[in-house]
Amino acid sequence: MSNPLARLGLGTRTQLANLGRGARLFLRLLQLAGPSLRRFGLVRDQVHFLGNYSLAIIGVSGLFVGFVLGLQGYYTLQRYGSSEALGLLVALSLVRELGPVITALLFAGRAGTSLTAEIGLMKAGEQLSAMEMMAVDPVRRILAPRFWGGLIAMPLLAAVFSAVGILGGYVVGVLMIGIDPGAFWSQMQGGVDVWKDVGNGIIKSLVFGVTVTFIALFQGFEAQPTPEGVSRATTRTVVVASLAVLALDFVLTALMFSL
Amino acid sequence: MAFNDASPLVECRDLRFGYGERPILDGVAFTVPRGKVTALMGASGGGKTTVLRLVGGQVRAQAGQLLFDGQDIGALDRDGLYAARRRMGMLFQFGALFTDLSVFDNVAFPLREHTALSEALVRDIVLMKLNAVGLRGARDLMPAQISGGMARRVALARAIALDPELIMYDEPFAGLDPISLGTSAQLIRRLNDTLGITSIVVSHDLEETFRIADQVIILANGRVAAQGTPAQVMASDDPLVRQFVHAQPEGPVHFHYPGPSVDQDFSAGLRS
Repeated sequence: MSNPLARLGLGTRTQLANLGRGARLFLRLLQLAGPSLRRFGLVRDQVHFLGNYSLAIIGVSGLFVGFVLGLQGYYTLQRYGSSEALGLLVALSLVRELGPVITALLFAGRAGTSLTAEIGLMKAGEQLSAMEMMAVDPVRRILAPRFWGGLIAMPLLAAVFSAVGILGGYVVGVLMIGIDPGAFWSQMQGGVDVWKDVGNGIIKSLVFGVTVTFIALFQGFEAQPTPEGVSRATTRTVVVASLAVLALDFVLTALMFSL
Repeated sequence: MAFNDASPLVECRDLRFGYGERPILDGVAFTVPRGKVTALMGASGGGKTTVLRLVGGQVRAQAGQLLFDGQDIGALDRDGLYAARRRMGMLFQFGALFTDLSVFDNVAFPLREHTALSEALVRDIVLMKLNAVGLRGARDLMPAQISGGMARRVALARAIALDPELIMYDEPFAGLDPISLGTSAQLIRRLNDTLGITSIVVSHDLEETFRIADQVIILANGRVAAQGTPAQVMASDDPLVRQFVHAQPEGPVHFHYPGPSVDQDFSAGLRS
């Protein structure tokens, strides 16, 4: 194994094989949309588990991000004498950008890790093998409902994040700094476009939901069935999902600007 | 199926399987007659569990055939394999219960997945199966609240929930106290006889296994070293089989894992 060329070859082959398995799993999860939605109870449980239990962290983070946006936004805007546009600035920043991105990063840390650890430990405890031996496909029964559940939960959480963030901006801008509340809300109402701005945010949060949930499931499904393997897979979920979200955010933003 | 009872339920033909370079099964052939308890024995790492995984279609043989009721398991597609698995039950070494479901829901799981029975009927079947393993009273406990031996009995109830034709037990006696061990062995025998199923038991435990088995197969070095009734295998004069059934530490199977000789290893340490 000391030959660098051989190592490069092995590394490439391993990565290619990983990519192939990942792509096949992704396609199967997409194909299982029908069966998952027919047993919607399973998906609903996952929306509850992934979404509801992430609400606290999403709400608190959204509030503080809104506070900071209010302060920083006021600092910049008052130089140009347009501090009444603070509502618009806070809303656009949250809806178009910070809402989906920060929610996705928090979602990877809060829900993604629990998915990876759950699937990895089920694998380590032979629960997935046992399910296969009962002629129940674990991809269909365990992975698909989690995938679709995550996909539904992510945009909802991003919406909660943005809404709470706007309230945070209101608290700082209007209640603390004293901007006119009428200007704050009317600028926001007039300046935020439902399709271009809110729509962009929803598309982003959907894409991030697919990305984070899929990475978490794949890492858990491919984890070495040992305590060390599960812990590594959990770490990889956070690292890979966060990087993927940030990179995809740039790509999506650039694409949407050009439209 | 009931008409050709003479044909074996499981038949291995020249099975070969290995991980990487190391062959685990190197031309294994045997048959499992219907309605009997067949014990699969041999040293650890000898491929016994691999045989179970091959029967269940979780891994595929590199060569040879594994026939389940005449069907080649290795050649089935996903649907065919799942149809075959619905006729099998497998008991994993540590039970492999779903840790997020109660004992009751674990046993009900295959019923709810595969049938459209009403909840009232599911309840009756689950309690019947739990009663058969003596754990009707433990229905509301979670897997974390029961002992290892109980977990395996719950797993057994779950494995027989859909009335399979074949049950495979992977090390059902490992790590059990003497009372649970005797109970488990008798349970395997009783279920086999009362439900008219076929059982394959993978085990190291000579005494209990020989007591309940109709047929014993000993695997060694990737091949079948002996096959016959417990008495026949006991009386075998094959040195490998004698070493195993009489639990001798040295013989054809060595205590030491292959490696450099003792002289090489320790004199190297002295020189440096």
